[in-house]
Amino acid sequence: MDEVLRIENLHKRFGDLEVLKGINLSVEKGETVVILGASGSGKSTLLRCLNFLEIPTEGRIHLEGREIGAIRPGFNGKPRIVYREAELAKLRAKVGMVFQQFNLFPHMTAEQNVMIAPMKIRGKSSAEARDLAIRNLEKVDLVDKAKEYPSRLSGGQQQRVAIARALAMEPTVMLFDEATSALDPELVGEVLLTIRKLSEEGMTMLVVTHELGFAYNVAHHVVFLHDGLIHEDGPPDQVLRQPCKARTREFLKGHLLFQLPNSPL
Amino acid sequence: MSEWDFSFLLRRYHVILDGLYGTLALAAVTLAVSLLLGIIAGMGRTSRSATLRAAATCYVEFFRNIPALVQVFWFFYVFPILTGIQENPFISAATALSFYSGAFFAEIYRSGIQSIERSQWDAGKALGFGYFRTMRYVVLPPAIKRMIPALTNQSIEVVKLTTVASTIAYHELLYQGQLLSQTEFRPLESYTVVAAILIGILVLLSYGSTRLERRLARSE
Repeated sequence: MDEVLRIENLHKRFGDLEVLKGINLSVEKGETVVILGASGSGKSTLLRCLNFLEIPTEGRIHLEGREIGAIRPGFNGKPRIVYREAELAKLRAKVGMVFQQFNLFPHMTAEQNVMIAPMKIRGKSSAEARDLAIRNLEKVDLVDKAKEYPSRLSGGQQQRVAIARALAMEPTVMLFDEATSALDPELVGEVLLTIRKLSEEGMTMLVVTHELGFAYNVAHHVVFLHDGLIHEDGPPDQVLRQPCKARTREFLKGHLLFQLPNSPL
Repeated sequence: MSEWDFSFLLRRYHVILDGLYGTLALAAVTLAVSLLLGIIAGMGRTSRSATLRAAATCYVEFFRNIPALVQVFWFFYVFPILTGIQENPFISAATALSFYSGAFFAEIYRSGIQSIERSQWDAGKALGFGYFRTMRYVVLPPAIKRMIPALTNQSIEVVKLTTVASTIAYHELLYQGQLLSQTEFRPLESYTVVAAILIGILVLLSYGSTRLERRLARSE
């Protein structure tokens, strides 16, 4: 299988606080990796480092076999990695990201939100970009809302537009940063179904979520992050049903405290 | 009590028209230049680079805190002594007022840019936009929408400030009003006409800005 993304010894410090303490992870083409962990465990920071919205303090990231950044000799003989803004912008265009708060552009319609990057970055004409927008809005089942402004859309619809916006750049990997955490419970399902469809179509994705059921059913690989490190990882059935580590069990127990006795549905 | 008598204006309306042209020309050039200076300095004030931030802050604090009249005098009387280049009153006034208002516009842009959530920057960058394109396509459009009332205020100030140029014999409305008042011995009517025309210009300006605001509000 082809490796799309390789992360080696990734560290991220904010001042004195070390959020990521050496993450190693390899993601293969078409794989869906779900990242679990308590808040503060570094999940979001990990995703934000992968498209360099946060610049890693240390470590290496390879996308499709190419290392990001250039190695330069540092002060104390220890090599450091330098990232050029232009290179990062190019990389980000190939890495789709979906945010917890959707972050649609409020002054653009759904369609314009999807069109802007293909036009301004890929140099597509507005006709081509509109085609692309319609195709991607179809994927998330929102063609009928193409002309609406974000403020007229529900949270679930906004998030699906945000997914279409990321897909329009034809990314090699998609990052979902708690894409359903800001949604009313009723609206979570439509977004999860959209993400699952992408997974089934073979999109390579890293998904940070608190939806254990989704992780169990959709992930190929589950990673449990604790205290800035990968605490446990493996296939969903193993990590979610027979976790080896006490901390993982505790985390899962916290999520399963209250449940309906026998689902009435 | 004096009697109101505007009849001399029928003979000498061209004096007022010249003044109107002078005011509009100076206001238009000053507005164009200071809006541009403002956006550059405003972006400097919000820049990640400490050098750019410091440079923009110096500009703002320097030109915002010198009275407009002093700056006009400086550019008209001092600048030629320093450089040997004697500018005409229009150039001196336009330069001084542009630097002055640019400093105020810079602060409006700064607060407008800073009012846009960081998450919008994240979204723009995540799509592959660099700093300038994120600014241009993502941050500025909604920021400018929020800035319109403040920009209008400052633009009204700029139009009124053009009267300061009368002190260096630039032929704008106030200067022409003085001329009329002295040659026709009718200060009452002369200055009243100047005031009325300025009100007219500024009401039109506010009307235009309200329409623009409303049109932009229709999106979202």
